[in-house]
Amino acid sequence: MAETRTLRVTGRRPVADGVVALTLADPAGARLPDWTPGAHLDLVLPGGLVRQYSLCGDRWDPYTYRIAVLREPGGRGGSAYVHDVLEVGETVGLGGPRNNFPLVPARRYLFVAGGIGITPLLPMIHQADLLGADWRLLYGGRSEASLAFRDDLAGYGDRVLIRPQDRYGLLDLPAFVAGHAPGTRVYCCGPAPLLAAAERACAGLPPHTLRTERFVAAGDGTAARGTAFEVELARTGKVLTVPAHSSVLDVVTAAGAEVLSSCRQGVCGTCEATVLAGEPEHRDSVLDDAERAAATCMFVCVSRSRTDRLVLDL
Amino acid sequence: MLTPDSDADPFDHANLEDPGPLHEKLREAGPVVRLARYDTYALARYEHVHAALTDWQRFQSGAGVGLSNFRYEKPWRPPSLLLEADPPHHDAPRRVLTKIIGPRSLHRLRDRWAAEADALVDRVLDGGGTLDAVPGLAEAFPLRVFPDAVGIPAEGRANLLPYGDHLFNAFGPPNDLVAQGNPRIAGLSAWVNAQCARDVLTPGGFGADIWAAADRGELTGEQAPLVVRSLLSAGVDTTVHGLSAVLYAFATNPAQWQRLRDQPSLARVAFDEAVRWESPVQTFFRTATTDVTVDGTTIPEGAKILMFLGAANRDPRRWDDPDRFDLGRDPSGHVGFGMGLHQCVGQHIARLEAASLLTALARRVTRLELAGPVRRHHNNTLRAWRSIPIRLHRS
Repeated sequence: MAETRTLRVTGRRPVADGVVALTLADPAGARLPDWTPGAHLDLVLPGGLVRQYSLCGDRWDPYTYRIAVLREPGGRGGSAYVHDVLEVGETVGLGGPRNNFPLVPARRYLFVAGGIGITPLLPMIHQADLLGADWRLLYGGRSEASLAFRDDLAGYGDRVLIRPQDRYGLLDLPAFVAGHAPGTRVYCCGPAPLLAAAERACAGLPPHTLRTERFVAAGDGTAARGTAFEVELARTGKVLTVPAHSSVLDVVTAAGAEVLSSCRQGVCGTCEATVLAGEPEHRDSVLDDAERAAATCMFVCVSRSRTDRLVLDL
Repeated sequence: MLTPDSDADPFDHANLEDPGPLHEKLREAGPVVRLARYDTYALARYEHVHAALTDWQRFQSGAGVGLSNFRYEKPWRPPSLLLEADPPHHDAPRRVLTKIIGPRSLHRLRDRWAAEADALVDRVLDGGGTLDAVPGLAEAFPLRVFPDAVGIPAEGRANLLPYGDHLFNAFGPPNDLVAQGNPRIAGLSAWVNAQCARDVLTPGGFGADIWAAADRGELTGEQAPLVVRSLLSAGVDTTVHGLSAVLYAFATNPAQWQRLRDQPSLARVAFDEAVRWESPVQTFFRTATTDVTVDGTTIPEGAKILMFLGAANRDPRRWDDPDRFDLGRDPSGHVGFGMGLHQCVGQHIARLEAASLLTALARRVTRLELAGPVRRHHNNTLRAWRSIPIRLHRS
């Protein structure tokens, strides 16, 4: 069993101007954790950069993830690393997958993508189609050549409106959302001005109609810790060292702490431990952003530490 | 590889009384055994049960998790949106319920459930300490705390037990156990369905939280009552039999009870060890979505597959001395709650109920011992006790 979760890059190909798609797999060929459309994963890049990318592959293939990364010249180094350095065969760390942008049940969906914001919407569209829902996609970006995955969308016919800015100008959101029946859900992902425009266009619609996700990296910019740290077990006073490639779970259970676990993927929530001091580096799929920020608990099968020491109520 | 055949009936009374010998036969016969009588395929080794549970792509639940194949047969009730559904339909109900009864959400119940457990154990001890642990503790405690947490009215709660019992019987073949439950089931179902309506549910409970999710658009108005129904269906009998299992285990393993008394923080481990050891949910079916090859044996597309959770949890390939109830063991990874995306969404409720009750008992009781002959209750899916007479010695 892998002690920390890693993914191997098994493929990379350019899918639009400035966009590279990566396929990722477990280094030993095991099943990957399940995910749902709208989910993202944290990639922990060598050197500790943590970046979030939406999953845009096929969840019926349990062995492969697909993500797509836009080169952002003004970015903080993650996209440049993926574009310029990360090769097929290399490994990266994995957090999640987590889903802050789930597809809720509805009979009608309107999808609005700006540029690389298409990535979380692709699996949603596949799913809406499977469910027989009525749906439309409005897809904009600088130019046609900058729009990724046009091939994937070609089979959907006139449900998909491709509207690059250099030919059509800004997306006409009021016209796109006009006249749709109650119960329609509008999913929008893209740059901040597009999300703001979507909020204006949906302002008169019933609450909970519009659901958005910003595709800019939402991580707080703190580097992942790639080195060993200490865990103090408060009930016994034992101080243990967690090496870079071991899980907290394995280290504390080897030292005799009774920590129950089950899935070992950060999904089921069984191995919750109360954090008394220190700051965990969360890599689970359970906690939402507010719970993460509170830093009062962690799931020791996958999560680690940002600080030199964590004190756990064990 | 030729698939070994078995003409055994896992649902006959001899096997329900003591499934151990059949489990061993199935585990040792091969990775896959064809159950000729039901034209279905059995998995009994830990490795294969675990793999089938996690592989929702090839082992679907949407055609029913009982013997009945929903591709050809009409389900006896509208199918569960959780247990009997696959992605993508499964996603929204699961997501909503995972949050509402997730480990973080249950923290607010800890103190109340601990107080309820203390009060129940005090009452039992004040009454002399000799009782039938099945109704007196294993049923009494969940029926006290769980329906309150869901937010259903006090009246009629006793209906939850026979409803659950029939539901779990109905995953098996239409045998005498199902026939016994049939006359009452329409009335019980009507009562359960009536508890799922928005205006019946107390504000602040799990049921009201489910409806609030529907108000936010995370579920449809049609889905909400069925998700409440899932809580009421799967949340009572299972925990009752889990608690019976751990009480019986301690009554017959006094050294393990002493160990818990010495170290009360073992309560969670003790309960999961009992869930491994007894496997209150013994079996579930899946349906092959394609020809599936398991360790050289091919199961044809459309076939029903019976996963023996109880056999997997005592597979000596995975567990040392598997028949022993042992608090020194790490039971993590057992499949008593299932595994993968259908893994018991209420497992944290079950653990909190058990930890509350065991902690209350461990503080007050030096010894539990059997006070009379025990009796099994037979159910096509559940491993259950009808009666466990015990004597509790107050400290």
